[in-house]
Amino acid sequence: MSKIIIDPMTRIEGHLKIEVTVENGVVKDADSSGMMFRGIELILQGRDPRDAQQHCQRICGVCPTSHSIAATLNLDSAFGIADKIPDNGRIIRNLILGAAHISDHILHFYHLAALDYVDVTSVAGYTGNDPALNSVKAFIQRGELAPFVPRYEGDYRLSPQMNIEATAHYVKALEMRRKGQEMLTIFGGKMPHNIGVIPGGVTETVTIDKIASFLWRLNELRDFIDSVYVPDVLAVAGAYADYFEVGAGCGNLLSYGSFDLEGNVADYTRRKRLMKQGLVSAADLKLQPLDTDKIVEHVKHSWYEDSSSGKHPQEGMTRPALGKKGAYSWSKAPRYDGKVYEVGPLARVVATYAGGDATVKQMVDSVLARFKASPKALFSVLGRHAARALYCKLVADTMPSWLLQLKPGEPAYVDYEIPDESHGMGLVDGARGALGHWIHVKDKKIANYQAVVPSTWNFGPKDDKGQPSAVEQALIGTKVKDEKNPFEIVRIVRSMDPCLACAIHVITPKGKEIGRFRVS
Amino acid sequence: MAQAKVQEIPVLWLQAGTCTGCSVSILNTLSPTIKNVLIDEVVPGKHIALKYQATVMAGQGEPVLEVLEDTSHKNKGGYVLVIEGAVPTRDNGMYGTLGEKGGKALPMAPRIEALAKDSLAIIALGTCATFGGIAAGKPNPGGYVGADAFLQSRGVNKPLINIAGCPPHPDWFVGTVAAILLKGLPKPEELDEFKRPKAFYGRLIHENCPRRAYFDEGKFARKFGEPGCLNELGCKGPVTYADCWLRLWNSGTNWCIGAGSPCIGCCEPGFPDLLAPMYQKLVDTNLPMVGKLQKKEAK
Repeated sequence: MSKIIIDPMTRIEGHLKIEVTVENGVVKDADSSGMMFRGIELILQGRDPRDAQQHCQRICGVCPTSHSIAATLNLDSAFGIADKIPDNGRIIRNLILGAAHISDHILHFYHLAALDYVDVTSVAGYTGNDPALNSVKAFIQRGELAPFVPRYEGDYRLSPQMNIEATAHYVKALEMRRKGQEMLTIFGGKMPHNIGVIPGGVTETVTIDKIASFLWRLNELRDFIDSVYVPDVLAVAGAYADYFEVGAGCGNLLSYGSFDLEGNVADYTRRKRLMKQGLVSAADLKLQPLDTDKIVEHVKHSWYEDSSSGKHPQEGMTRPALGKKGAYSWSKAPRYDGKVYEVGPLARVVATYAGGDATVKQMVDSVLARFKASPKALFSVLGRHAARALYCKLVADTMPSWLLQLKPGEPAYVDYEIPDESHGMGLVDGARGALGHWIHVKDKKIANYQAVVPSTWNFGPKDDKGQPSAVEQALIGTKVKDEKNPFEIVRIVRSMDPCLACAIHVITPKGKEIGRFRVS
Repeated sequence: MAQAKVQEIPVLWLQAGTCTGCSVSILNTLSPTIKNVLIDEVVPGKHIALKYQATVMAGQGEPVLEVLEDTSHKNKGGYVLVIEGAVPTRDNGMYGTLGEKGGKALPMAPRIEALAKDSLAIIALGTCATFGGIAAGKPNPGGYVGADAFLQSRGVNKPLINIAGCPPHPDWFVGTVAAILLKGLPKPEELDEFKRPKAFYGRLIHENCPRRAYFDEGKFARKFGEPGCLNELGCKGPVTYADCWLRLWNSGTNWCIGAGSPCIGCCEPGFPDLLAPMYQKLVDTNLPMVGKLQKKEAK
């Protein structure tokens, strides 16, 4: 029996440690722990509730936009205007979120994940005329290879030609993800940390030049997604096809849905969204309705008093117990109806697929047919990458129609009064999955704020019943061929796109209390 | 193509109490592009060897921590340390750890101290690294402090440049790096009292704002989406030193005030506490600099 400890886990957001126990070449146990704490929720207490949107974006600079949407939906609901946002405001928020997800998913595949599959050093043998590739070749010849070495050695399976092409696309993708962020700022002001999304709508106004400028940046990104990103994911899948059977995980998916298609329904769990809300199990692939009352957070394996376990986020309390026996993480373990759920692009794509959306069904089925695979193959390392790419394409293909729905000259913002006291909830599928924010406003100030984020679902510890989290389940049972170069582990972990600043902003160190909710 | 003698400038980029937004912002650099910064001679004859940067580097775990330690030993006094994020100090810095030794997690703070001691110079990147920023917002649960304050408290006196902003504009960072490579470390008179390069942080947003004429004529926006000066909606332009109005954000696409939002003052030492609430009109009492400005205007 041996232990593999990966700390720091890199090419992710935040500080993550992964520890697995390997016996006879198979992972027997896995622990996922976060290594940094700031305490944004505690910092929010006592502040003007409108500031929550800006503070929450600083939970994570890779997915700030998702937090800006969750926070504003939360504030809209607390301020009683969830069903009063003007269409222009609702649509611009969709465009801002869509731009962020396109940019983020391109970044994830090429710059965070691809170096586990692509051997950049093949470019040393490049003989063509492409200036970008020749500059990479010159870089390799100079011999100082940081930050591309050290790395795991061994299991790189693409042909030299494919490696060279993928490296060219890595460079091109740097430009594309930047353009995605530029597109976002047409309405969002700046990135990271957009300034445009606020309770009541957005700060920007609609003009024809902004629509046209957005559209043509989007068209360039759509070309890249169609002719480079999706084909590259399929090419990697072809060379690493066994990864359709690696990292299956818990088989339960949870989606909050994203992109509001109507503005007059206050209930976010029932409102019509492009990506559907709900739950799907691998066993039957049927979409079940979402009931947020069934969400609780367990702490038996987290450094908190057991008495605080099993609470809903609105009622949750955090009572630290450093050194508690059996605990190994500052992250809590959120559960739905007592069960482990995985969140992310795979969840929202499968939820929308199971909900009968014709476009998504056609996209997913054509990929499955190409690999002669059943929908079960989606629950895997490659399934997650494919779902992320297809989702990216779906959103990019849908956005032009939203642009054309914008009405220049009409308002994108509605005024409101901050109530003396109220509660709110904001739900959206962020880049990395189901993201929920909850607020309690008292005396027009934030009395309490809580965020249950995608990476707590995916990268939390075991729960009170001992059920391992989504990533732990995906790791357990995995065959590790070379313990010195455990590609399997990092490929599984990165397929879920960890965002650890998100996952551990809720935790607290010894003697401090944070994110506590009063039961009203 | 490949030049015979290219000088390699080792850079270690450490992320402490950060959201990674600074790294993402630097990825957005336009001219040079981030590819130029990583791969090419960013100025003729010089290449930045980015030995450690957790968001982009290929490796993980023990081997990359060895790179971190090796680089500082082999290039004593010859590498640039970039610090992103604030430094956690409460309870012996256990709020942020990086790697472990003998089964025990290693806090970031002593690592940062050791790496800073042996560096040529330090760039504190982003408002958390410069002044504490969001991580140090009241009640500052992790005891976070900016790099300069932290290093001074440990008696480390290396040249340090603060590149503020939440996030910092990529030009501010890349421009500072290029200046060091071309002309050496900045002279004291090239930095302001907060060690920010005057080239980028020398002028007030308010004095250069395209909406300034509205302010002078007393035309104020009362709700979002209206034309007019954004003072009533909480603009912190009158107390924020940065050149966003000149270079704009994200390849010159837009900026906060351009998008109809008040400036939230993200480059200033008091951010976020002294500049809160973000959407409320500035009050003289909690901002000494406003008094100064108003006196100036009365003349």
